[in-house]
Amino acid sequence: MLSALIALPALGALAVGLLPRGKDQLAKPIALAISVAVAVYAIVLAFGYDTTSAERFQLTETYWWIESFGVHWALGLDGVSLTLVLLSVILVPLVLLASWTPADRYGGASTDDVPERSAKGYFALILFMEAMMIGVFAATDVFLFYVFFEAILIPVYFLVGRYGGPQRSYAAVKFLLYSLFGGLLMLAAVIGLYVVGGRNSFLLSDLTGLDIDPATAKWLFLGFFIAFAIKAPMVPVHTWLPDTAGQAPAGALVLIVGVLDKIGTYGMIRFCLELFPGASRWATPVVITFAVISIIYGAVLAIGQVDLKRLIAYTSISHFGFIVLGIFAMTTAAQSGAMLYMVNHGFSTGALFLVVGFLISRQGSARIDAFGGVQKVAPLLAGTFLVAGLSGLALPGLSSFVSEFLVLVGTFSRYQVAAIIATFGIVLAAIYILWVYQRVAGGPSLVDFPDLSKRELAAIGPILAIIVALGFFPQPILKVINPSVERTLTVVEQNDPQPTVAEAPTSPGVRP
Amino acid sequence: METHLVAATGLQAYAWLLIALPLAGAAILLLGGRATDKWGHYLATALSGGAFVLGFLMFWQMLGYPGEERARSVHLYQFIKTGSVDVDMGLLLDQLSISFVLLITFVGTLIHVYSIGYMAEDANRRKFFAYLNLFVASMLLLVLADNYLGLFVGWEGVGLASYLLIGFWQHKPTAAVAAKKAFVVNRVGDMGLAIAMMLMFATFGTVSYTGVFGLVENPAVSEGVMTALGLLLLLGACGKSAQLPLQSWLLDAMEGPTPVSALIHAATMVTAGVYLIVRSGVIFEASPTAQLVVAIVGAVTLLAGAIIGCAKDDIKKALAGSTMSQIGYMVLAAGLGPVGYVVAIGHLITHGFFKAGMFLGAGSVMHATEDDVNMRRYGALRKLLPITFGTFFLGYLAIIGVPPFAGFFTKEGIIEAAWDQNVVLGVCAIAGAAITAFYMSRLMFMTFFGEKRWDPDVHPHESPAVMTVPLVILAVGSAGMGAFLMLGGRFESFLEPVTRTPHAEHHLITLNGVVTLVLVAVGVAIAWVKYGARPVPQTAPQGSALTTFARKDLYGDALNESLFMRPGQWLTRLAVFFDNRGVDGLVNGLAALIGGTSGRVRRLQTGYVRSYALSMFLGAGLLVAALLVVRI
Repeated sequence: MLSALIALPALGALAVGLLPRGKDQLAKPIALAISVAVAVYAIVLAFGYDTTSAERFQLTETYWWIESFGVHWALGLDGVSLTLVLLSVILVPLVLLASWTPADRYGGASTDDVPERSAKGYFALILFMEAMMIGVFAATDVFLFYVFFEAILIPVYFLVGRYGGPQRSYAAVKFLLYSLFGGLLMLAAVIGLYVVGGRNSFLLSDLTGLDIDPATAKWLFLGFFIAFAIKAPMVPVHTWLPDTAGQAPAGALVLIVGVLDKIGTYGMIRFCLELFPGASRWATPVVITFAVISIIYGAVLAIGQVDLKRLIAYTSISHFGFIVLGIFAMTTAAQSGAMLYMVNHGFSTGALFLVVGFLISRQGSARIDAFGGVQKVAPLLAGTFLVAGLSGLALPGLSSFVSEFLVLVGTFSRYQVAAIIATFGIVLAAIYILWVYQRVAGGPSLVDFPDLSKRELAAIGPILAIIVALGFFPQPILKVINPSVERTLTVVEQNDPQPTVAEAPTSPGVRP
Repeated sequence: METHLVAATGLQAYAWLLIALPLAGAAILLLGGRATDKWGHYLATALSGGAFVLGFLMFWQMLGYPGEERARSVHLYQFIKTGSVDVDMGLLLDQLSISFVLLITFVGTLIHVYSIGYMAEDANRRKFFAYLNLFVASMLLLVLADNYLGLFVGWEGVGLASYLLIGFWQHKPTAAVAAKKAFVVNRVGDMGLAIAMMLMFATFGTVSYTGVFGLVENPAVSEGVMTALGLLLLLGACGKSAQLPLQSWLLDAMEGPTPVSALIHAATMVTAGVYLIVRSGVIFEASPTAQLVVAIVGAVTLLAGAIIGCAKDDIKKALAGSTMSQIGYMVLAAGLGPVGYVVAIGHLITHGFFKAGMFLGAGSVMHATEDDVNMRRYGALRKLLPITFGTFFLGYLAIIGVPPFAGFFTKEGIIEAAWDQNVVLGVCAIAGAAITAFYMSRLMFMTFFGEKRWDPDVHPHESPAVMTVPLVILAVGSAGMGAFLMLGGRFESFLEPVTRTPHAEHHLITLNGVVTLVLVAVGVAIAWVKYGARPVPQTAPQGSALTTFARKDLYGDALNESLFMRPGQWLTRLAVFFDNRGVDGLVNGLAALIGGTSGRVRRLQTGYVRSYALSMFLGAGLLVAALLVVRI
């Protein structure tokens, strides 16, 4: 079942890619239809997910892949991976819809010096990326995860390198080298883990709860962690993201930043915490320090950017700081906040990149000072930009707020200073979002272009609707996530700090 | 103090409709687009009015219950539940929240009506009404929520509405900047509120009012925690209510259309901080330190706002300084504990009437003088704008505290309570009253009296009925609301179950009262000598150092600029440079180093196979190293 969910977009990518030359326009509806089918199928599967089940993974399937190495084709979903798969499959059709015309000319990057490209390839690569994304989240075999983890670099490399802006090859190579470096460390750790496990199996279930020598565990932990920190990305291994964001087409960025980067934080939960609980606790102070630095540093840098896409990239570095903080604070509230944040950040940053893509494709420049007074000429476009931005600054009533708040509350109960410093992020967020909005949308009109088309509205509308809905009703997602959080915290043997004052036993409706 | 809340029944069970009606209005107008241009403003006004009618009926139902059983709760849904964090979204209808509901929906609806006329020429009137409705909905959530998180959602919701409305004329760069400034400064305050909630979770495990207040007196909670909580909440209140040191945004916020200044930046939103402090009274009472700081902040702000109000020639900014100052009075009262809560809320309500009335009156004057805001170009308008003048005059008498107009009762109550507790605070409050009399008289004389100073091609004319009728209704409130609320302790006994105010004898004539009235008369007289008896120059004279100090908003902006903005800009630039050259430079340097090395290596080698073999070798080496590390 999950295999089919991976196969569908993969075969779709192949089909679109093999379309005869000159049939580019045909590629679009085909790719869109496939991605919609994938989304529908995934949502149907999700309805079969049982939040009360005691099983760790559901919808599981396990086959031998390379028996002599102990590698399985093993798939399954728990709360975290399910929500991330849903995020991916919902975003892809919207991205395709938003890339409809920009993909013809310059894939949404800036115009100068970029020749006309094949839309067919763009759509095929996005579908291929979707297949790899589902695979990476669904894999329950460490080696299989590694394979997807590396394979996803291929479509991204080509999306940046072929459909990007003037400095696309620099950005693509930088992205690749960074990722390969992390991947190599992880490969070493994967093999080390396999050897330590000694069961001729890469299955997660065979590698969880091993009694590893603490020193070894620390090294293995680091191998995984550095790879994931690069992917997430955390300061100081973040510099690939702004460069990639500056050059990559906006549509692809929705998936690169919105989903692909989540592999890093997802991996921290799934592998660092659950496989090396002792080492994770050992590393916590350092990781929390870097997470807080990422929050503030990313936000300050976002304020200083002159390029729209780079700005959003830096805001993401700040948001990833929150996610990592939540993961490593190791309280229920913080961790479910972090997991929820992964989903919410996908939608809110996705929305921002989509809107920015609309702006750039109209004006032919990503520089903030190329805009001004958009509100007057294109009020709908400005309005969607504002809503997406407000979600980025975690306004209550929009989805990111709940997650950011949970992370802070959960962190505060154990690391007060870290939580208080992180809270400064909410002021900085107001500055970076509202300042860019003021410069782009406010003031006298420096631009003259049409408002959102129906197609663009169809791409951005659903995301904004989701953002508002999850802002007021986060519970459906939290319900799916909660069992995973409890499980992870049990593995790392961390109990929530209790409130100072015991609840008065008489007061109704509140539990200890 | 353990309060057990009874679930609301009957109409009160539908209290969520109060929020839902204006929210639906905002949604319909924003999503409906131009199709709703023709009737959108009527719909928005009707929905706001509908919320008032509902609120009044619920108030009526409440009056049917005995005093101690009037607080009712409405459970809505489970908002967040994960681990120990369990927040239910619910509403609390009690004497305090219903007072606010009535004020917000009543004044709000009047301002909706007024705006139909005021914004008639604006192409974006529909959006204006959508934002107004959004504001009313958020403000109602703020006061009705039964927990701090719900309050916070409303709190930032009104912040958003305020942002959208200050920047309503986005094409004006000053408006866009002012809107952003208001939001950012408010976020500094919100940080306090957010950390307060974290501390509540860590200490009490809940943020619901009943949960927190029920545990405050638990001996396991140290006073230090309560002081921290109190100061954090105060920080939030300072942001929203423009109290020192977070006052700087309010004067700039006058960039918004005048009805917005009346509704949001005078009558309702800016008083949310007072609501927060009074609502959290139990917390403040557990920490005398926090209470004292609240009172000091209030006292300092009431003087600062009044001094700023003296120096402004822009009628809206003079009124904004006055708003700061009057809210200072309320905060001061709220810092006095239960004895101050009733007068704080009482003054908040009367202020809601007279200040909204005067702002709308200022709007009417601007309407008449082609949007001129400079009082030095007004003068002699009382004959040409008789209704505006009459209603404004009632508001004027109310704010300077002339008996028997509204402000007299409530402000006198604050002065008396402050004097009883601390002489210094009392002196500040009395001095503030004298300065208020001066700057309001100055405004009055410059606008309505003296010689006409407007351009010959300006033809002042009275506003249409749709604008003057709200003025008249608010003027009635300015005149009678104080006596209605305060005489015979009517409001005091109504609020008592929430504020726990001890019953005390109130004398109408006190020594403080006489002294205050004499000083008020002196203030009026000085203003008359300077601005009534003499012609007012069209360009502002140089003035003394104190005048400059006041004109520059007591150097608040200059201070912010040199303390935060400039260093912040430097930091940002430095960080960008560091990230590009330092962090990324290091990475690229390493890459170049490796690239250079491998380039040299490649020169040694020939052909692809060998370099392939080399990389294989390196990879294998790494693997071996890894395997050695894991010690097989």
